[in-house]
Amino acid sequence: MNRIDERFAELAATGRTGLIPFVTAGDPLPEATVDLMHALVAAGADLIELGVPFSDPMADGPVIQHASERALARGVGLKQIFGWVRDFRASDANTPVVLMGYMNPVEIHGADRFAREAIDAGVDGVLLVDCPIEEFASAAVLRDAGLRQILLAAPTTAGVRLGRICEAAQGFLYYVSFAGITGADRLSADSVRERVATIKGSTKTPVAVGFGVRDAASAAAIGAFADAVVIGSTLVDRLAGSAGTADACTRARDFLSPIRAALDARAR
Amino acid sequence: MIEDYFVYPDARGRFGDYGGSYVAETLIEPLAELTRAYHSLRADPAFIAEFERDLKYYVGRPSPIYHAERLSKKVGGAQILLKREDLNHTGAHKINNTIGQALVARHMGKRRIIAETGAGQHGVATATVCARFGLDCVVYMGAVDIERQAINVYRMKLLGAKVVPVTSGSKTLKDALNEAMRDWVTNVADTFYIIGTVAGPHPYPEMVRDFNSVVGREARVQMQEQFGCLPDALVACVGGGSNAIGLFHAFLNDRDVAIWGAEAGGLGLASGHHAASLTAGRPGILHGNRTYVLCDDDGQITETHSVSAGLDYPGVGPEHAFLKDSGRANYVGITDDEALAAFHELARSEGILAALESSHAVAQAIKLARELPKDQLILCNLSGRGDKDVHTIAAREGITL
Repeated sequence: MNRIDERFAELAATGRTGLIPFVTAGDPLPEATVDLMHALVAAGADLIELGVPFSDPMADGPVIQHASERALARGVGLKQIFGWVRDFRASDANTPVVLMGYMNPVEIHGADRFAREAIDAGVDGVLLVDCPIEEFASAAVLRDAGLRQILLAAPTTAGVRLGRICEAAQGFLYYVSFAGITGADRLSADSVRERVATIKGSTKTPVAVGFGVRDAASAAAIGAFADAVVIGSTLVDRLAGSAGTADACTRARDFLSPIRAALDARAR
Repeated sequence: MIEDYFVYPDARGRFGDYGGSYVAETLIEPLAELTRAYHSLRADPAFIAEFERDLKYYVGRPSPIYHAERLSKKVGGAQILLKREDLNHTGAHKINNTIGQALVARHMGKRRIIAETGAGQHGVATATVCARFGLDCVVYMGAVDIERQAINVYRMKLLGAKVVPVTSGSKTLKDALNEAMRDWVTNVADTFYIIGTVAGPHPYPEMVRDFNSVVGREARVQMQEQFGCLPDALVACVGGGSNAIGLFHAFLNDRDVAIWGAEAGGLGLASGHHAASLTAGRPGILHGNRTYVLCDDDGQITETHSVSAGLDYPGVGPEHAFLKDSGRANYVGITDDEALAAFHELARSEGILAALESSHAVAQAIKLARELPKDQLILCNLSGRGDKDVHTIAAREGITL
């Protein structure tokens, strides 16, 4: 059984809302990534989304784009990222790791080779931002190898397509809470609630909500109806400029702990 | 063997293995809406008439085919003919597409137009049609390009557009495209994104090609009228590839017509400082489509170099990738120096200042003419005029204006 599926089964069994932090691999400092992943788990992360930096991140806002640029300037690539996941796995066999990024690095690396190396390192899933269900075939190799391909749904996703996405969803379905780029501030919990209810009516796959979740209050509001919340830009922003690994880990804990507490306070 | 090149793209926006819609989920529905609107409009005679009226009375079409006799004589080989897109309103082929897309935007009820630009030609062409149709206009432009193309920036402002500098990445065309795409994702309800080349997600490569292919349709008729035959070869410069596909498309099923695309060879293909995606790149995914891209072994898009801002792009339209793989078209690199030499040659022998982009095509036409007999005809797309490049050329040659 895939670690993502196991984790969501546990969350459902215990009535907790999942907490999914996103960090860009190699940011704020390449040497901090593995410790940072452990710190996120210690502060209550249920799953880690690790961003694979890309030179042309069309769907991301300035915060994550700049994190990508910083990581690329330090030479971060797939080889290091797989190495970091392997190091993380050495002392954490349970927390699922999803690589989030764009198609070109996967294509150029070779999808076969990418799948093999990712699984070997202990990666559990991929979220390819520019691979909608129309281009699903491009990532078949990854799914066949055992990686969960996390699909997205958006407020603009029309009914028929939403049905197809719900049917094809695996791991968890990532609901983009508003039309826009990562890190923008537009979240309206009520409209998201309605939409998530519709989605949950047509799939058994757990639904995580991201884009615009930024603090304990917004996380708790979304956590009231979503299976998990994803927090990216605000965390990446908080980590930027860390003085070193210890500082980055402290910042991560200080940021994530109150959000974990708010999510748990709601659950009985 | 491809039987009929006119059936591409397929319903999914594929040209063979290339094209498609590699975009964020949020953009899928807006792109589907655009595809529906465009496909219904292009089948509507009233829309076509509206488009053709503007091409005739506003753009000044048809653009002539001019026989560059003195240049041909100097070269001493085949005859070089120039399709004078530089004579269009705003001085380049770009206006064919922006008129078309602005009309689509108007029919879709979108009042805010965004665009990306490299050399500034597409930005100017977009700002122009927005003024013409009374639409709001925001143009994204890399900070480096803003510096290189100060005159075009001012032209856009004179036309009422807002020019937004893009300071991320390499601060050039690809970054402007990323930024425009982000704007579109965020403001998709009232905003129409006029992409300036035959790249991007479906339906853009098809739509931009259709609006520019007036160039080839016209040329095909003009060749028969003026010379009684089709050309032996076509030549055009290729950055994203809109002027090239515009000229090539009508001739794709004429197998006797050879097709040549001239990419920006920069300081030479071996130097690594170029923008020759087809000649020196590999299949990958960039800006919403599968195509040839310039990237490193980790899939990161590499920074490109060309003396001409309009060719300085690490991807290329997917239909060109398809034409390369199918063998229908040949793509070669032309260096900065070769393009500049061709610029001067054309200026001195014919009294025409070509855009630096188009000078790449002229350089390839001259090379080809040398190898071919005198009775052969080479039709070269002179896609834009060179006035905008005068400062760049002067600076390169150490001249202070």
